[in-house]
Amino acid sequence: MTAATAQSAPQDQNGNDRSEAIRVENLHKTFGDLEVLKGVSLTAHEGDVVAIIGGSGSGKSTMLRCINFLETPTSGRIVIAGEDVEMRADGSPASRRQIEHIRQKLGMVFQSFNLWSHKTVMENLIEVPVHVLKVPKAEAIARAEKLLARVGLSDKADVYPAFMSGGQQQRAAIARALAIEPRAMLFDEPTSALDPELVGEVLNVIRDLAREGRTMLLVTHEMKFAREVSDHVIYLYNGQVEEEGPPDQLFGDPKSERLQQFLRTVGW
Amino acid sequence: MNWLFGLFEPGHALGLLALSPPGWGGALLTGLSHTLEIAIGSYILGTVIGVGGAFGKLYGGPIVKDLLAIYTTAIRAIPELIEILLLYYLVPDIVNRFLLSLGRPRIDLPPILVGTLVLGFVLGAYMTEVLRGAILAVPHGQVEAARAYGMTPLQVAHRVTLPQMLAYALPGMANLWLNLTKDTALLAVIGFNELTETSLQAGGTTKAFMLFFTAAGILYLIISALSGRLFALAERRARRGQPSIRGGGI
Ligand SMILES: Nc1ncnc2c1ncn2[C@@H]1O[C@H](COP(=O)(O)OP(=O)(O)OP(=O)(O)O)[C@@H](O)[C@H]1O
Ligand SMILES: [Mg+2]
Repeated sequence: MTAATAQSAPQDQNGNDRSEAIRVENLHKTFGDLEVLKGVSLTAHEGDVVAIIGGSGSGKSTMLRCINFLETPTSGRIVIAGEDVEMRADGSPASRRQIEHIRQKLGMVFQSFNLWSHKTVMENLIEVPVHVLKVPKAEAIARAEKLLARVGLSDKADVYPAFMSGGQQQRAAIARALAIEPRAMLFDEPTSALDPELVGEVLNVIRDLAREGRTMLLVTHEMKFAREVSDHVIYLYNGQVEEEGPPDQLFGDPKSERLQQFLRTVGW
Repeated sequence: MNWLFGLFEPGHALGLLALSPPGWGGALLTGLSHTLEIAIGSYILGTVIGVGGAFGKLYGGPIVKDLLAIYTTAIRAIPELIEILLLYYLVPDIVNRFLLSLGRPRIDLPPILVGTLVLGFVLGAYMTEVLRGAILAVPHGQVEAARAYGMTPLQVAHRVTLPQMLAYALPGMANLWLNLTKDTALLAVIGFNELTETSLQAGGTTKAFMLFFTAAGILYLIISALSGRLFALAERRARRGQPSIRGGGI
């Protein structure tokens, strides 16, 4: 691990420093004239669950998408599991290879699932392991079966996504992201597209992952859930970190006027 | 069954269709096979051009996009008959100029090769548009998911975009195939002995025009009926995983 360890790095149960999984420094992103991110920084150590909250248009999705370069940052520094992404002078990443390599360490889960509709659930799960990571097929299938069991979809391996409920699709999508054995998971409002009665089954899966010590960035509008599972909460306002801290502090005793206002509007 | 074969005996009305001379049946079948060879060859060529053209139009640089725009606009604006006549004389000319500039002797390009190149080049323009539309119809989120887990652009195209777009492209591709099988008949004007030209000859020689054009028409009909089946099967396969939309058929 080549990551520069922060002075007060958190420690695991054995008292060892936990290395950084994700570090974002002074991230800027502009769309045309619109500056969406105005210098955002965050660090997630191994095992951290970082919740990102904020109003619509505050830049949450953009930040997450910049971290795996689905959007090209305008400027800033991104380090994934110790790998510092080289940027050109204009802020764009220097090497496509490196971006692809970084992406293989990050399991992205989308609001709208985005399962590949021409592949069965099993085919979705082994697609990247077999064709990108070159895992032997039998091994990929064995792993996928375990993951499907974890998310409660063992009986759906041979089903096409369109024949499943939204909650099942999102659980399959989480399993697909886990199948690449990522260093960290990125969730962008994983339950926002779901009918209310299906939200719980997806949150249960994410809660399990949090408990087993997965590193996760979680963009969510589910405040109760964010408070319950996260170690650290970031409140984004207008492209900047307005307030951040442990969940009990942020939700229990918010300092910022705007955060208090935001929590009121979401009915906290 | 004997009555059926009897119809094709010399002296009978359909005797002109007997397989061996003086019947023209054998010649018609040779014409049919030329038609199929040209159609299949130019369809493959046109599809390859179309895939490249569609991705180029969507993701290419400004120069590539401009060139492709000229190609698809011009080809689709000009009547195919004129394009075939133009290209039919132009292609061998260009090839031979090229050979001469290398100090090599002129060659006579076989008509079947020139016909295939010309029709394939024309088809490529239509195919570019059909495939471009189909690529645009692929849900963007699925392409993004492929990128998000580290697929290279080539892997994204091959593993996700192409198989997905096939479902949207096949109806248009089936239409192009049908048009193409009929457009091969235009090669009759340059004297290439495909099915239509052969029936013209047969009719001219025997004066039984109605008979030979009907026979040719039936053969074209059989081609389209059989290939319609194949396209329907392909479309059903490409639509796997999509509920409710019942697929296929021309
Ligand atoms: N590709 C784009 N081109 C132009 N503007 C964009 C693009 N993507 C996002 N934006 C703009 O950037 C701003 C932040 O968008 P973003 O999606 O990051 O917000 P968000 O915090 O995720 O909001 P939500 O809670 O609604 O998902 C918005 O004003 C949005 O319109
Ligand atoms: Mg968003």
